[in-house]
Amino acid sequence: MNGRNEGELADLLRAALAGDERRYAMFLDRVAGLVRAYARGKITHGGVDAEDVVQEVLLAIHLKRHTWLPQAPVLPWVYAIARFKLIDAFRRRGRRVEIDVEDIAETFAQPEVETVSARDIGRALDGLAPTQRSVVAAISVEGRSVEETARIFAMTEAAVRVALHRGLTAIARRFGRE
Amino acid sequence: MDTQDLIRAMTADTGRRALPLGTAWRVAMGLALVLAGAVFAVALGPRPDALASLETARFVFKFVVTLALAASAFVLLRRLVRPGEETRAPLGWLLAGPLLLIAGVGLELLAVPESDWAQRLVGVNARVCLTFIPLIGAAPLLVFLAVLRHGAPTRPALAGAVAGLLAGGMAGAFYAAHCPDDSPLFVATWYSLAIAGLAVAGAVLAPRLVRW
Repeated sequence: MNGRNEGELADLLRAALAGDERRYAMFLDRVAGLVRAYARGKITHGGVDAEDVVQEVLLAIHLKRHTWLPQAPVLPWVYAIARFKLIDAFRRRGRRVEIDVEDIAETFAQPEVETVSARDIGRALDGLAPTQRSVVAAISVEGRSVEETARIFAMTEAAVRVALHRGLTAIARRFGRE
Repeated sequence: MDTQDLIRAMTADTGRRALPLGTAWRVAMGLALVLAGAVFAVALGPRPDALASLETARFVFKFVVTLALAASAFVLLRRLVRPGEETRAPLGWLLAGPLLLIAGVGLELLAVPESDWAQRLVGVNARVCLTFIPLIGAAPLLVFLAVLRHGAPTRPALAGAVAGLLAGGMAGAFYAAHCPDDSPLFVATWYSLAIAGLAVAGAVLAPRLVRW
């Protein structure tokens, strides 16, 4: 089962790196399920929100996807990032933790779905510059396309893409400081 | 913003591609060599008999040791910037330089009478060595730290230390062309100290500079 998961995820990510948005969404969705199960398994008491960790890991995967070698296995890469981010999250809460690399095996292939929580939708967007915030919100929360967003804000599509990318980078940076 | 919203935003950002790490390393190595070479050429330059000395084993051995260290550090560092890469074996290769040096010291102790050991170890310009290896290696270290930032090291302090060893091995090789002391006893003492300084600097700087 892990083998199949690995092969399918690697195919999806390769397609994504070649520019296939639909498969990239599938990849991120499946990785989110795996990382969620992993984070929930590791977070035994309060202080760290598993879904925050999931989002932080996804952002790191997105912004660092050039560190994956297309011929290398994808799951060890994903879990190495997840482990790094989880330890970081614990550390920021003032707790020292050791997580065995071997531990990840037990969570392989049991994805979990996001539970509805009273997540503050605006929180991640708060620190962004106004343009970046509007663009990221339009595309993520309102689910608009880049073309639509460009029309709404009277921007070029290129400018929308730049604002989106900078916005995501800024959110990732904020995560690390909270 | 829930996770599905975030995925939507990242999906729309698929088109933006970062510089591949292979390209980043090529640029970084070129830049590091140029910067180290420039500091070396301006501040020191090779010693007058450098070319002729290529025939003496002790002189050549300085390059063998420092370049072995730089090469093994480079192989390891390339893996340390990619999450999930196996690093245990390349960590072992890091011993190549030190082991060569120990062998060289052993041979030197056999070849030279005991009364000369202290004088060979102290050499004629230890202070210049301790000053200029870090000075030549400083710019390369910063260049390599920039590559670490571009990558995703899951052990930033270790990656920083190895970046220091790479910069130090490189700087040591440049400095060796100037340095009048060729004894492995001198190299084992002063080069090691100077290179260790760069490794410590890298280990301290990387966790602060390399946030991802």
